[in-house]
Amino acid sequence: MLLKTFDPLKGKQLRIMDENGEIVDEKNMPELTDDQVVEAYKYMLYARQVDLKAVAYQRMGRLFTLPPNLGQEAAAFGSAYALDKKKDWMVPAFREMAAWLYWGATAKDLYLYWAGSEDGNVTPDDVNFMPSAVPVASQVPHAAGLGYSIKYKGTDQVVITYFGDGGTSEGDFHEGMNFAGVFKLPVIFFCNNNQYAISVPRRMQSAAKNLADKAIGYGMPGIQVDGNDFFAVYAATKEAAEYARDGNGPVMIEAETYRRGYHTTSDDPTKYRTAEEEAEWEKKDPLIRMKKYLEKKGLWDDDKENDYVKHAKKDISAQFKEVEEYPRTSLEQIFKYMYEEMPDILKKQKVEMEKYLAGKEGR
Amino acid sequence: MAVMNMVQAINSALDFKLKDDESVVVYGEDVGLEGGVFRVTEGLQKKYGEKRVFDTPLAESMIIGTGVGMAAGGLRPVAEIQFSGFIYPGFNQIISHVSRMRNRSRGTITCPMVIRAPYGGGVRALEMHSESLEAVYGHIPGLKVVMPATPYDAKGLMIAAIEDNDPVMFLEPKKVYRAIKQEVPEDPYRIKIGKAKIAQEGEQITVVAYGAMLRTAQQGIAKAKKDGISVELIDLRTIFPMDTDTIIESVKKTGRILIVHEAARSFGVAAEIMSLVNEEAFLYLEAPPTRLTGFDTIVPFPMGEDLYFPDADRVYHHIKKVVEF
Ligand SMILES: Cc1ncc(C[n+]2csc(CCOP(=O)(O)OP(=O)(O)O)c2C)c(N)n1
Repeated sequence: MLLKTFDPLKGKQLRIMDENGEIVDEKNMPELTDDQVVEAYKYMLYARQVDLKAVAYQRMGRLFTLPPNLGQEAAAFGSAYALDKKKDWMVPAFREMAAWLYWGATAKDLYLYWAGSEDGNVTPDDVNFMPSAVPVASQVPHAAGLGYSIKYKGTDQVVITYFGDGGTSEGDFHEGMNFAGVFKLPVIFFCNNNQYAISVPRRMQSAAKNLADKAIGYGMPGIQVDGNDFFAVYAATKEAAEYARDGNGPVMIEAETYRRGYHTTSDDPTKYRTAEEEAEWEKKDPLIRMKKYLEKKGLWDDDKENDYVKHAKKDISAQFKEVEEYPRTSLEQIFKYMYEEMPDILKKQKVEMEKYLAGKEGR
Repeated sequence: MAVMNMVQAINSALDFKLKDDESVVVYGEDVGLEGGVFRVTEGLQKKYGEKRVFDTPLAESMIIGTGVGMAAGGLRPVAEIQFSGFIYPGFNQIISHVSRMRNRSRGTITCPMVIRAPYGGGVRALEMHSESLEAVYGHIPGLKVVMPATPYDAKGLMIAAIEDNDPVMFLEPKKVYRAIKQEVPEDPYRIKIGKAKIAQEGEQITVVAYGAMLRTAQQGIAKAKKDGISVELIDLRTIFPMDTDTIIESVKKTGRILIVHEAARSFGVAAEIMSLVNEEAFLYLEAPPTRLTGFDTIVPFPMGEDLYFPDADRVYHHIKKVVEF
């Protein structure tokens, strides 16, 4: 129903909760218990602490370059929460960490990756989770291919893939969407339109009025939502998942949000945007409005918030400690995962290096 | 003379060509307003306007493919690929069109285009930000492949690349970008593409390196010097067309050769140079031609990269091995 009503070509955007935490579209409010809503808020709050800590650790030189998720937690988490993490597939880009954390990645995994270990890419066995994709939009065809395998096997699964506004310019985005449209595959294409691709503003990526419009050209429904409104993101993704699971084909969702932090920790946003703009979007922050909503309903208060944040910080610090004590990558690990069986030519290179290292120690 | 790092030296070359030739345009992701993520194009949009120095949508096939069209239309595109590890969506354009337009059109349509890309590792970069694929480009007939090692060379080679009527892959060692400074003339000058440089003369062994590995080689050579080993160092500067004469002449003199690169070993630039030496200087050899390279593995993340990238100690070790053979 949402997919029919909210036609991006008519400039419609789904928003259920406004910046003050008021429900402005009661009719489309998703069915969630109070406990679920509190749980959702806690997940987002936790993700934010992981994110803030990551930047802090990076600034101390204890992590390398990383892309903060700050301000985009509702889009990332709200969409993942609408799926079934016991069976559905997640195909990430590199900035929706709030979704990954819900899907089973840990703060330790994220920190390990940013501390420079491949082991950070390893996710639990019991979830369907591709590693992050650094080349922009390169993951989008993977999601379409997973959709094909699901349809082929007739399993009751849905795939969600994430990409940014910049990602919609890459050929891979278009080719993946097109494939999914042609074969009517159960894939949700979730665009985190955070207004920038590094310094390049959204308007430079496409002359289309809305990015959700792009769905139309591939024969699938598209919907634009307020990406900082947890309820809107959740409701749209929930419906998209049902639509896809019922065999109707793919859906594209554009979540309008804002990257409040750096593109990566190497970035300097003052080069390309104003403090006023940042302040405007801070007011629209997804956590602030969610907290207001919960407070009004008597489900949350500052004490609870402080307690929870304290608990989260402790937990996160403990995980970070594990990362700092993590063993360096060994020569063995560099070679081990290249092939199922190590070819002789690689064995020789490894042995040569081992001999060199042994000799060096002897010296 | 001004003292410049490589970022400033390339900027100065682009600045000169933009001023000198109205057909030059500079573009890519974040190249305009921000001046590139490494700031190589900083200030150029302000100086020459958005028509000549501009940001594009995020798509490498588009960046390179539109360059083919711009070149056919009489412009001289200088396209930036933000990191060489993200050029692959543009490979179809490079291989199918950029490199062969002249040949296909029997010389009537050409592709005087420069594709700039920071390459290489050892800088604790994110996943897929550390690769060196010069051998792949060297293997594509129709391309020229340039890899400067110093700010001075980068400027002279960049001006030559933009003025070249054939397409040039210009691979910039991001490890060197801000690591060394050097006196660089503010006035324009050209360094011939396809000509290597003897960075240091010596008698007992020829070491060939390029890009970021030149400095590593120099550090290793300094250690060998303490042992009294006299090394001739060649900075290749251009991967293709390779300056075979300089290499062969040197090997005929020293009788030994070590090639150092950070790219994977098999089918690499070192392999090419070794076959060349076997073909043209076999009877002068006192030791087997030797290479020190990356492994045939994916470049490890930062926690493992020190094991992967050749360093001064390993250069020194290999020099000794070859000389003591
Ligand atoms: C194919 C490719 N080109 C360039 C890059 C360098 N790069 C990394 S992120 C980025 C901007 C991405 O913007 P967007 O898709 O909007 O996602 P966001 O970073 O805003 O989340 C760029 C240009 C890359 N990673 N991959």
